[in-house]
Amino acid sequence: MTPIVSADVAVVGAGPAGLAAAVAAAESGAAVVLVDAGAQPGGQFWRHRPETVVPEQEGKGHHGGRTYLDLRARFDAARGRGRITYLPGLQVWMAQQLHPVQGDDAGFTLRTTPTAAVAALEASVGTQTVVARRLVLCPGGYDRQLPVPGWDLPGVMAAGGIQAFIKANGILPGKRFVIAGTGPFLLPVAANIAEAGGKVLAVLESSSPTAWLPHLRAAAGVPEKALEGAEYAAVFARHRIPYRTRSIVTEVLGTDHVSGVRTARVDADGRVRPGTERAYEDVDVVGFGWGFTPQMELPLSFGVQTRLDADGSLVGVVDERQQSSVPGLFLAGEVTGVGGATLAVLEGLAAGTAAAGGTVLPEKTAARHRRFAEAMHRAHPVPPAWQDWLVPETIVCRCEEVTARQLTDARESLGARDTRTLKSFTRAGMGWCQGRVCGFAAACIGAGSGVAPTAESLSGSAKRPLAAPVGIGELAALETTDN
Amino acid sequence: MSTHSSGETWSVNTPGAVNVSFDGRPLVAVPGQNIGAALVSNGITAWRSTRKNARPRGLFCGIGVCFDCLVTVDGEANQRACLVEVQEGMEIEGSCPDQGGRA
Ligand SMILES: Cc1cc2nc3c(=O)[nH]c(=O)nc-3n(C[C@H](O)[C@H](O)[C@H](O)COP(=O)(O)OP(=O)(O)OC[C@H]3O[C@@H](n4cnc5c(N)ncnc54)[C@H](O)[C@@H]3O)c2cc1C
Ligand code: FES
Repeated sequence: MTPIVSADVAVVGAGPAGLAAAVAAAESGAAVVLVDAGAQPGGQFWRHRPETVVPEQEGKGHHGGRTYLDLRARFDAARGRGRITYLPGLQVWMAQQLHPVQGDDAGFTLRTTPTAAVAALEASVGTQTVVARRLVLCPGGYDRQLPVPGWDLPGVMAAGGIQAFIKANGILPGKRFVIAGTGPFLLPVAANIAEAGGKVLAVLESSSPTAWLPHLRAAAGVPEKALEGAEYAAVFARHRIPYRTRSIVTEVLGTDHVSGVRTARVDADGRVRPGTERAYEDVDVVGFGWGFTPQMELPLSFGVQTRLDADGSLVGVVDERQQSSVPGLFLAGEVTGVGGATLAVLEGLAAGTAAAGGTVLPEKTAARHRRFAEAMHRAHPVPPAWQDWLVPETIVCRCEEVTARQLTDARESLGARDTRTLKSFTRAGMGWCQGRVCGFAAACIGAGSGVAPTAESLSGSAKRPLAAPVGIGELAALETTDN
Repeated sequence: MSTHSSGETWSVNTPGAVNVSFDGRPLVAVPGQNIGAALVSNGITAWRSTRKNARPRGLFCGIGVCFDCLVTVDGEANQRACLVEVQEGMEIEGSCPDQGGRA
């Protein structure tokens, strides 16, 4: 039978939010279990080379390295004292409430499965079931994508995926890069590539610098961000990286691998301005990033109250203690609004403290970071006219290979306007990734050009019966233990 | 399997080497690299093909979300190459139907 680990507080995710939550809960006196799909702590922002191979890492290559080292030292100390049980390499595929509707006394159980079912690694991880009185979900997010012709060619990667590749492996996934999409995150990606010796032919930003003007006050509230910006500007100048605003990739070129891109300038809505097309040749990696999509399936499986954030993402609603609408269930990090690692840490500290029954003091810094994030989202919107970039044959769902034409046909002739209906008519979102990659785009296409998707439609694509693929064995075990 | 000419020269600076095989062919990887990085730095950028249109796939999201990068590792099918660290002697298999002579 699957071993059961119990604790006062269970935390899912060992990124900035989850690490902070686990540390804060442990330091407030709770017994904590931290489950993370990754092999070592850090999540996305603090991803680093395997410590088994490169033991001394100074937190270089990302901002906030000192925060990481501090949290990590406290995390290791709490583990040493037996206050934190750390379960790496395990994915939570199902989370349930033990006693539904029991007010503050709700308990939770987490079913897990190894991230990789590889014999050599399995010995160290083994499936566990976690039971805890309080639950803090910090599952982070992933790059948001908009399909364009050719984006399914090998060599096209998520912008954050390139960043993760460099941080985890210490090498580059290619030589000549084009980075495109929107948002300040494109800057560290390009800077990291250049500093690692790659050639960045261009960074294409669909928005315009003037989009910042109405939000300068919010930006000024977080001076460290201005400092980061200045550092990236210096890297861009040193490596002569062209930063082209109001510009997009209209097509990725190549037969069985990226060979180049076509680009164009766009108007404020993202409509291509005729006569501005150009091409980049001899490109081997194209990185796309249109912001991030919070990983909502675990929060949604509890039916938490949600809202649409300023970037159009579906996020969980929380109070000032990071508690969701479900008593005893706390959320922190990207799942309460994409806002960067500093904010994720502050939210994690609050959530962990509250989950352990401690007192959470109001945080002015968090409020400033939230205002900054909102300003950033408003200055870097998904261009309303992005669907014009599609051609009928463009693959939207990479897993099931569903085209833009199939989706628009389903919308026009079958009235499929939300992700659930689109899925049942076209299979978009039914493959391996369960709509994580195409969910946002499918929701946009269902809504129609220029219309933002509704929370219901986004939630339809983000509700997943299983948060991670599991073996038949694990499902069968569930039947026998619960019946 | 599609390969790309720019694969050979990326510098790696960790001492030691891990010997693995990809579809029976020996490859040298760097300790601590994930399978995806080991393949890409050996010039292999696609190792799976899609069911419907037989289109090549390799790394995309880089963090275990998209499942584009699936490989078989020591007989275990459907493992994410971007998440699994290389180990000495690992046998990695792709699932491209048309591998004939294009390595
Ligand atoms: C690929 C990628 C790269 C990024 N790189 C940068 C960067 O270089 N600079 C920057 O400023 N921002 C970066 N970001 C944004 C950054 O992720 C956030 O600002 C910050 O890391 C959010 O912290 P978090 O704790 O909410 O989530 P994360 O850091 O994403 O941590 C979430 C953790 O939860 C785990 N998890 C999720 N679901 C489950 C589950 N079901 N079971 C078990 N574990 C689970 C994940 O494996 C992960 O370890 C990146 C984002 C992505 C997606
Ligand atoms: S590259 Fe997306 S799962 Fe591995």
